[in-house]
Amino acid sequence: MAVPKKSVDKESGQKASGSPPEFTKAQELAALRDMLLIRRFEEKAGQLYGMGAIGGFCHLYIGQEAVVVGMQMALKKGDQVITGYRDHGHMLACGMEANGVMAELTGRRGGYSKGKGGSMHMFSMEKNFYGGHGIVGAQVSLGTGLAFANRYRGNDFVSVAYFGDGASNQGQVYESFNMAELWKLPVIYVIENNRYAMGTSVTRSSAQTDFSKRGISFNIPGKQIDGMDVRAVKAAGDEAVAWCRGGNGPFILEMQTYRYRGHSMSDPAKYRTREEVEKIRTDQDPIEQVRNRLLAAKVSEQELKAIDAEVREIVNASADFAQRDPEPDPFELWTDVYR
Amino acid sequence: MPIQVLMPALSPTMEKGNLAKWLKKEGETIKSGDVIAEIETDKATMEVEATDEGTLGRILIPEGTADVAVNTPIATILADGESAADLGKAPAAAPSPSVQKEVEESRSPVGEGKPMISAPPTRPGPAPVAEPDPEVPAGTEMITQTIREALRDAMAEEMRRDGDVFVMGEEVAEYQGAYKVTQGLLQEFGARRVIDTPITEHGFAGVGVGAAMSGLKPIVEFMTFNFAMQAIDQIINSAAKTLYMSGGQMGCSIVFRGPNGAAARVAAQHSQDYSAWYSQIPGLKVIAPFSAADYKGLLKAAIRDPNPVIFLENEVLYGHTGEVPKLDDYVIPIGKARIVRTGKDVTLISWSNGMTYALKAADELAKEGIEAEVIDLRTLRPMDTETIIASVKKTGRAVTVEEGWQQSGVGAEIAARIMEHAFDYLDAPVARVSGKDVPMPYAANLEKLALPTVAEVVAAAKAVSYR
Repeated sequence: MAVPKKSVDKESGQKASGSPPEFTKAQELAALRDMLLIRRFEEKAGQLYGMGAIGGFCHLYIGQEAVVVGMQMALKKGDQVITGYRDHGHMLACGMEANGVMAELTGRRGGYSKGKGGSMHMFSMEKNFYGGHGIVGAQVSLGTGLAFANRYRGNDFVSVAYFGDGASNQGQVYESFNMAELWKLPVIYVIENNRYAMGTSVTRSSAQTDFSKRGISFNIPGKQIDGMDVRAVKAAGDEAVAWCRGGNGPFILEMQTYRYRGHSMSDPAKYRTREEVEKIRTDQDPIEQVRNRLLAAKVSEQELKAIDAEVREIVNASADFAQRDPEPDPFELWTDVYR
Repeated sequence: MPIQVLMPALSPTMEKGNLAKWLKKEGETIKSGDVIAEIETDKATMEVEATDEGTLGRILIPEGTADVAVNTPIATILADGESAADLGKAPAAAPSPSVQKEVEESRSPVGEGKPMISAPPTRPGPAPVAEPDPEVPAGTEMITQTIREALRDAMAEEMRRDGDVFVMGEEVAEYQGAYKVTQGLLQEFGARRVIDTPITEHGFAGVGVGAAMSGLKPIVEFMTFNFAMQAIDQIINSAAKTLYMSGGQMGCSIVFRGPNGAAARVAAQHSQDYSAWYSQIPGLKVIAPFSAADYKGLLKAAIRDPNPVIFLENEVLYGHTGEVPKLDDYVIPIGKARIVRTGKDVTLISWSNGMTYALKAADELAKEGIEAEVIDLRTLRPMDTETIIASVKKTGRAVTVEEGWQQSGVGAEIAARIMEHAFDYLDAPVARVSGKDVPMPYAANLEKLALPTVAEVVAAAKAVSYR
């Protein structure tokens, strides 16, 4: 499924035009389930944080679910995913167990990093999830390195490096863009533009606010996508994946999205109005969009409630596990420094 | 008065070179800017341009002469109105040095301030080793090679052995290495495995770490470790910590290597010793060898190690020769110091180029009847505390020697360990000889003052010996 080169305007960023291709009912249901899992998981994490069961930093993904779920639908087994510190959603979308993620949040031995990484540092070699990185922008170079390795090995896997509008201003992002295009590395740069780099709005931090254009000086094609519509994300992901697998080099996708919660649990989000958040929740919520389409297609409330119930059970079980599981054995302090 | 043309220096550390070819004959007219000769070192060929006008009077060093010392007169130029008869006169006052430019077509523009040209000539190797290295079987044939060659051989051998090993960095491929350490690797292994990067240390360090996370074994060359400061976040936060943060799931087998510390006359931003910086980080291994054999055996070990390894080289030592065992697979274990010279009176502890001062000081001390034991740490992390302590228990006195700064330095760490483990054996406080607590100055005299000296090591050893 190679994308003809001419379909991509390399001179400028592009907005996706028209409405995205429809999902099948099965796709809608799968997307709904995966997004709901993330939403409920994050709500629970927020609760546990409030109770003091989760410490440190905790960055919730609520509102942005369509981005990672749509992208994941465009990938195949063996493709790699890497992201920054707002990473719980990515891990769940990659198929990592809720129990292991939640137990890592509570710093328990059953966590993905045995309790030694925490919210921002989880990995799963099995699910090809490469973290979970706490330094803003670092994952962009690392993700480019994953693509380098695919190229070196001559396989057809692609790597997806997620980062935000804030990280987009880091120098190493452009160093990576340059090398990725120079060496035609199969990497998709997904810029999750949620409008705020912590408390600084895009317009106050970025000279070029159209992030799909950030690769122009390196000849990397880019597209601006409605990141609240999981179908649009999946369609864009398909196009980018085909471009990368076809040996054409990197691709940039700006996902226009929104986070409902603060930057982290300790952020009261005074830099935006309650009305702004409410408006997006009401008009654009990624989960409600799918739910409404399914209802319009005559899927019963009951069927949707069953999905919600299944997801709640997984999340509740993970919260239970994460609070019952013992803390790491003290000897673990000294393990895993070297191998 | 005839003007003398002197043998030019091509790099801060060059001391001599070969006069390859004369492009002008005696009696020929010379204009400023004319290329009059070609000179070469073990890593580069350069053109010598005239800076004066006149006639080439006499060629003093014939072409094909090897090892011509820098500043040796190589020819005389007669000014207008002068004739061959003037050649007998005293040498001209203050001859202007010729300018050089590189001949090699492969040269590429590199950022300002990066020393592209450096050709330390072959010099006598470090002082003879008193004790044979325990890892080498008796009777093993030894070959003499430069440290530069030893490093290249180590990389080439490991690349032949393991297809996942590759080299990336600035000028490592087509240019053959800014310091010619990767010479010939592109020709043998091709552009897939010997990769020229753009000048983006932060970015390519991250790309290397990412590739290592997915299981490849990169050798990332920094043109010098000074430039690795731009990449230090990826080295420490990504490479060193990920194994721990992932609960042992995801490691990173990668070598970061390149020249570290002071070269010669390149001033503060290009003359820093990072031994102490990296050796503080759990998750990293840090190696800083001195002898050619150790450079080879330890680089091979570093490439095979499943952890991130910082391999600190020294530009001044690149051209030094040493005996390297001719073995199919000469790998020296990481983390073992070597007693280079045995003695009973005082222990001198150093590594990398610091060993130059320590060994010369030991020779001086011997003349005064003080038998110094000299330990080459070779690896800074993990540090071979055992060897240090055993020696100090024997001698009761210790002096550390390093080119880096004293505050929070490796010498401070060694002194603390000696205090912790051998306090009752000490007959005097541990003394530290180090680089002075200033940025490296450019002026030749100030630079000498900023670095440790043999005399300082001798004085410190005598002070702790109460002599």
